[in-house]
Amino acid sequence: MRRGIAATALVAALGVTLAACGGSDSGSNGGSKGSGELSGTVTWWDTSTVGSEDKVFKKLAEDFTKKHPKVTVKYVNVPFGEAQNKFKNAAQSGSGAPDVIRSEVAWTPEFADLGYLAPLDGTAALKDQDDFLEQAAASTKYNGKTYAVPQVIDSMGIFYNKKIFKEAGVAVPKTIAELKTVSAAIKEKTGKTGLYLRGDDPYWFLSFLYGEGGDMVDAADKKVTFDDPAGVSAFKTVKDLVDSKAAITDATNGWDNMQAAFKDGKVAMMINGPWAVADTYAGKEFADKANLGIAPVPAGSAGQGAPQGGHNLAVYAGSKNLDASYAFAEYMTSAESQAKVAQELSLLPTRQSSYLQKEVAKNEMIAFFKPVVEKAVERPWIPEGGSLFEPVKVEYTKVLTGQTTPEAGAKAVGDAYRKLLKDWK
Amino acid sequence: MAVDTPSQSVAKAAGEHVARGRSRGTGNPRRAAKRSFATHWYAWAMVAPVVIVIGVIIGYPLVRGIYLSFTDANERNVARTIGVNEIPATYEFIGLDNYTDAITGSQFLGTLGWTVVWTVSCVAITFALGLALANILNRKIAGRSVYRMMIILPWAVPGFVSVFAWRFLYDERRGLLNQILSGAGLDAVPWLNDPLMAKFAVIAVNVWLGVPFMMVALLGGLQSIPGELYEAAEMDGANAWQRFRNITLPGLRSVSTTVLLLSTIWTFNMFPVIFLLTRGGPGEATQILVTQAYKFSFEISPRDFAQSSTWGVLILVLLMIFAAIYQRVLRKQGEVW
Repeated sequence: MRRGIAATALVAALGVTLAACGGSDSGSNGGSKGSGELSGTVTWWDTSTVGSEDKVFKKLAEDFTKKHPKVTVKYVNVPFGEAQNKFKNAAQSGSGAPDVIRSEVAWTPEFADLGYLAPLDGTAALKDQDDFLEQAAASTKYNGKTYAVPQVIDSMGIFYNKKIFKEAGVAVPKTIAELKTVSAAIKEKTGKTGLYLRGDDPYWFLSFLYGEGGDMVDAADKKVTFDDPAGVSAFKTVKDLVDSKAAITDATNGWDNMQAAFKDGKVAMMINGPWAVADTYAGKEFADKANLGIAPVPAGSAGQGAPQGGHNLAVYAGSKNLDASYAFAEYMTSAESQAKVAQELSLLPTRQSSYLQKEVAKNEMIAFFKPVVEKAVERPWIPEGGSLFEPVKVEYTKVLTGQTTPEAGAKAVGDAYRKLLKDWK
Repeated sequence: MAVDTPSQSVAKAAGEHVARGRSRGTGNPRRAAKRSFATHWYAWAMVAPVVIVIGVIIGYPLVRGIYLSFTDANERNVARTIGVNEIPATYEFIGLDNYTDAITGSQFLGTLGWTVVWTVSCVAITFALGLALANILNRKIAGRSVYRMMIILPWAVPGFVSVFAWRFLYDERRGLLNQILSGAGLDAVPWLNDPLMAKFAVIAVNVWLGVPFMMVALLGGLQSIPGELYEAAEMDGANAWQRFRNITLPGLRSVSTTVLLLSTIWTFNMFPVIFLLTRGGPGEATQILVTQAYKFSFEISPRDFAQSSTWGVLILVLLMIFAAIYQRVLRKQGEVW
């Protein structure tokens, strides 16, 4: 009989273990339909810069409960570099995904194409749609439906340290040729390096590509254009900047190194966007905010341009609390919230009405970036938009570190694109 | 690995049970099996959880991975459930196409080349250093236990913590190594920014992480060599090198063959060092097979599950071939393994 008891105990133990494994992930978000009052939990994945932007967004997000006391907002900051993959993992497996995600403009069509996002047309998430800047709204549409609400819009410019420029007695460069002479003068007079060129993220390379008259792809003609002569000459341009010591770069940890070098006054210039403003002001060189100058990106041999970027708020299609999520997305993108963000972080609103508010109109950074954004180069809003960077990233770093030639690098990117985009020329 | 080892030994024990049960039975195998089950039902019940758990944790993913490598599965065509929407799988069976692509393309072979260089140099340097340190610490020197503790430290720290520490040390502009160099009036070294330096840098970190294990294992082996052998050799007039060559090395064989095999497999698949230090960069200079396979299924988009599993299966096959050859060579030399 003893054996029997032991065996029963074993089976029982096994049963308990199995029971413990299953059925624990049914999140208790609670329903919110019916009575009209929203309730439950909304989890929001934010991707803003930790240490400067995140505090403001967290506060703003949690203030949602003031309007809807029964809703709990769970703020989670996911590093921007990891968010795309993390969201895909969670969304695909169906567990652990947030209700609302801050989706970069290029990710939005991709997530929508994969079926991860809830269409927002006719929901509470979209209010005063005509008020949104046309450029900002473009990335939220996919296959005739709206899948996200524009939260911020941005572009890039040259950030420069006015003190170093004064010491060296130079003016802000307008072209890449001038950038080289200015950097040489800065090195000679102050011993500092001219430009920090971010070498581990191809987004920072785009303005050089546009400057040579190139683009990654031509979405209208379904044509890959990266390996055109313009792409080769853009690779040559960045390589020359590094070789001639006008710029320094890193193959890893680029963001931290760039911000540190610029904030400590070791380099005089960097190319960056509004998302870097709050972090830059925290540097010791910019204790006096007036020391930070900003100018359009330098022109190349065939033009001048910076990419148009930004972030949207999208609602996960599998969210257990859709109604509250829609309301949250609307709240975060309302003119009032946008003005608050603009004022504290110098991020550009996506609503026309926000720009008319006094605090926003006064902001120097926003005043600079507004016209830049209007002229910024719009990227193709295709599902593969977010996939276009990885091939460039590999070849861009290879070119900068001398592992491949600009010609071979551009060709390799073009080949990768043709594999990715079926039936494109 | 820590998970695999115990479960494998359990599985072996389970196999022995079965073998013993069957050998007792005679005649009709079906009846024998039935009788075996009747007599040993208790053993079967005890073994069942392990078999089920191994089947679920190791068996299913393995079989599924092998299956995916024969399809064109990627992020866009696998089944997914989002809320109430269920999107069915639409990928197709494409036979050996993935394998021919991988083996005829330059990417797999190029990555394999560097992976082999990386494995051989890491294992060789780690083994040499571990052996030297074990010999030094096997003598009676003052503060021996303190040294032993200090050398084991890299092993005691979680791997990712030390790799991150190394990443800060290596940083070209703000890292400690370059600050020391500039203090000595030397130029900064692009540790992780230059393709060749990055290769040295990742090998150095892996050696640093691997030496404690080698040293501890070899030290154990050294201590099991009877001291009389050395005394006898000394009486016969053997010098230090002869004693090392003819007593220490043969005495260590059983230990060293095992640690070399383990170390080779670990290094071949050493994901954290490469991934956390360089992410395979600059460009793809330090990308080894496992990090590239990870990249296929998690970093590029659309995620290429098929290609990733193809590389995974190829890694498994390569390591199995290596282990088989290794075992054969040892057996030829009269070693029981």
